[in-house]
Amino acid sequence: MDFNTKYTPQTWPEHPEQVTLEGKNKFLGFWLFLGGETVLFASLFATYLALKNKGPSGMEYSTQTLFELPLVFVMTMLLLTSSLTSVYAMYHMKNHNFKGMQTWMAITVLLGLGFLCLEIYEFNHYVHIGFTYGQSAFSSAFFTLVGTHGIHVVIGLVWIILLILRNAKRGFSLYNAPKYYTASLYWHFIDVVWVFIFTVVYLMGVVG
Amino acid sequence: MSSIAKKKGFGASVWDYLTTVDHKKIAILYLAAGGLFFVIGGIEAMLIRIQLAKPDNDFVSAGLFNEIITMHGTTMIFLAAMPILFGFMNAVMPLQIGARDVAFPFLNALGFWLFLFGGIFLNLSWFMGGAPDAGWTSYASLSLASPGHGIDFYALGLQISGAGTYIGGINFLVTIINMRAPGMTYMRMPLMTWTTFVASALILFAFPPLTIGLFFLILDRMFGANFFDHTMGGNTIIWEHLFWIFGHPEVYILILPAFGIFSEIFALFSRKRLFGYSSMVFATVLIGFLGFMVWAHHMFTVGLGPTANAIFAVATMAIAVPTGMKIFNWLLTIWGGSIKVTVPMLYALGFIPSFVAGGVTGVMQAAAPLDYQLHDSYFIVAHFHYVIVGGVVLAILAALHLYWPLMFNQMLSEKLGKWTFWFFFIGFHMTFFIQHFLGLMGMPRRVFTFRADQGWDLFNLISSIGAVFMAIGVIILVINIIITVAKNVPVGNDPWEDGRTLEWAIPQPVPFYNFKQTPLVRGLDTFWIEKQEGNKEGMTYAEPISDIHMPNNSFIPFVMTVGLFVAAFGALYNGEKTWAVPVLVLGLAITLLSMAVRSLKDDHGYHIHKEDLMNEKGGK
Ligand code: HEM
Ligand SMILES: [Cu+2]
Repeated sequence: MDFNTKYTPQTWPEHPEQVTLEGKNKFLGFWLFLGGETVLFASLFATYLALKNKGPSGMEYSTQTLFELPLVFVMTMLLLTSSLTSVYAMYHMKNHNFKGMQTWMAITVLLGLGFLCLEIYEFNHYVHIGFTYGQSAFSSAFFTLVGTHGIHVVIGLVWIILLILRNAKRGFSLYNAPKYYTASLYWHFIDVVWVFIFTVVYLMGVVG
Repeated sequence: MSSIAKKKGFGASVWDYLTTVDHKKIAILYLAAGGLFFVIGGIEAMLIRIQLAKPDNDFVSAGLFNEIITMHGTTMIFLAAMPILFGFMNAVMPLQIGARDVAFPFLNALGFWLFLFGGIFLNLSWFMGGAPDAGWTSYASLSLASPGHGIDFYALGLQISGAGTYIGGINFLVTIINMRAPGMTYMRMPLMTWTTFVASALILFAFPPLTIGLFFLILDRMFGANFFDHTMGGNTIIWEHLFWIFGHPEVYILILPAFGIFSEIFALFSRKRLFGYSSMVFATVLIGFLGFMVWAHHMFTVGLGPTANAIFAVATMAIAVPTGMKIFNWLLTIWGGSIKVTVPMLYALGFIPSFVAGGVTGVMQAAAPLDYQLHDSYFIVAHFHYVIVGGVVLAILAALHLYWPLMFNQMLSEKLGKWTFWFFFIGFHMTFFIQHFLGLMGMPRRVFTFRADQGWDLFNLISSIGAVFMAIGVIILVINIIITVAKNVPVGNDPWEDGRTLEWAIPQPVPFYNFKQTPLVRGLDTFWIEKQEGNKEGMTYAEPISDIHMPNNSFIPFVMTVGLFVAAFGALYNGEKTWAVPVLVLGLAITLLSMAVRSLKDDHGYHIHKEDLMNEKGGK
């Protein structure tokens, strides 16, 4: 099976990301990597819950006074939608529609960027009102958990943008199909983590 | 590209090793680097025993003593034992499963360089203002208060080398799942492969908590966070949990491959199928699973409460059951076998009583009320050295002799090997057996000296003399290696004559593509089966000779690692030197750019053509 073989929609395999051995390895390796990432975030969540609202005596900041659900709701919607658009991209990959895939990947990037801007705005706001990184154990745990997710978003965006640009003129091959596939897996993972952040940090913070 | 047997100059060989992605060469790199760190850690151990040889000694100061014990423990676990085991896994596992390479050759190289540079970074602390001094466990209550940069070296160095280990773990897992030869079902995999598999799974799930713990430490010490500072609402117990959620699986990451090595040895030199193969596999998986359920047995005295202590005590004792299964299986493998007492077999025979002793003290410590007495005493020191030296280090020494012919096509001297064994074995028991009693007599661990009227003089002296014996054993080993390499007598195929598994069926020296034709595995101990049936080639083939696809060498792993190495210095001096942040950014940029180059530049590898394969009679 050669990497440079050109395919038509008729000959394009059912699971292009898993035809070559390299593709199979990448596919499995990436799933395993996400398993480790899950433990990574689990550790961050556990620490956040232990340090939630903890600070020097008389601290005025708490989840109730800080968080604004409407903003976070918009962020959640942007990210959830971007997960959906990346599914569309994969759908087009299976159907050997290169332009469709690139377009939906680009839309995914735009939605992700929107999310990122709002997050930067949010962090900036907190720092402005004095809730800085070193203000308390709570602030450290909050920024580290949500910030680690944010860094994942940045990495995901850079990765997908590079993929789109690098392959713009090349069309599909069995060499780049696994790359697109793992990038979209990563993007879903980021989305799932955000769902937990939204629930555990923001919803349970304001309501619970 | 496919011409193999060119004589290379020195520079070309260095370049070859800097860029190699061949698992056999990476194995040699792991072995060499791990061996070097083993010697450094050993020298630190000798310094500890010199200081403790007599009461009121002032050979080293209290502060320096703390640095030495910290670096000894950290070096031995992260930079010696684990990398050396990784070396053997790399050398043996792909050959055992009939694979031409690992799943991610590039990442394999990256993992090695990360480990090496992390280790170098850690050890640079000696020359740059002092080593870490809060113990290998680096409890936050101690480490936050530690002055200087020692702890920063610890946290950043382990972060880099830990990333390497994590990558290596994923690589091994995918290799074993995806790249087994036809016929190599899971229940035909040799135990060395099985234990590599389970240990890699432990790495996958145990290292992330350590990564997070270390990040918290880095952020607290260098970037103004407050995770562990209780005046700011932080909680130092979080570190202990994260560390031991990693730490206990870590001891199984070390011991499981050791179990694998000994399983191979017992079967090979008893010339018998491993007794209870399926129960061995079951026990390995069960130990791996239970290994995650017991971390709080290191924290019995923290005050988690009687319920938590009881649960963790029972879970800990449960681990003794699968471990005991293994011991009995090994004994029954030897039973009635036609035993050949070679050097590896000597180590294996010595391992059983030593490790059982360590297991027994482990179960004692698992009884939470008793642990209140034993905790932080020399009894603990005796326990973990019985399992780590009596288990892991004996396995490493055994594997060194066992796999030397496979890795270098030479045989280490059996005679010198036996001298090493006896010196090391006697020295080991002399050093550590007596420490049980020192512990029971009340000597705390991690003290830099004791007084003459405490009654601990004699036992400490005996312990120190034992350490000298071990050192002599290691020196004989080094001499053995030098002589063997200098003589360079090739040993040829199936050097132990009774090889049972695929790795021994390959013509020596092992060709860089491992298998000219992918083998067909016909059962457990497939090479043994072929030999019994009189197959001269030792293998049945699953395919005709055809082109082989190989990965290209790459310098990028090295550059990526150097980037992180540079970045670590930036982080270390953050807020202290003006150049810190630019250096941090520069280092990260180097790493990210080389990552981008890697992903943007297509690298399809190359092919060795069928005709070239036909011309070469099996290798170099
Ligand atoms: C039957 C199996 C085992 C049991 C029941 C067991 C139990 C324990 C317990 C309860 C402790 C904590 C003692 C204390 O600090 O108060 C301990 C410490 C330790 N064990 Fe084990 N253990 C077992 C096997 C192993 C193995 C296989 C290894 C390594 C290869 C190992 C390495 C260690 C180390 C390094 C420590 C000390 C950590 C430190 O505080 O620095 N153990 N063990
Ligand atoms: Cu433990």
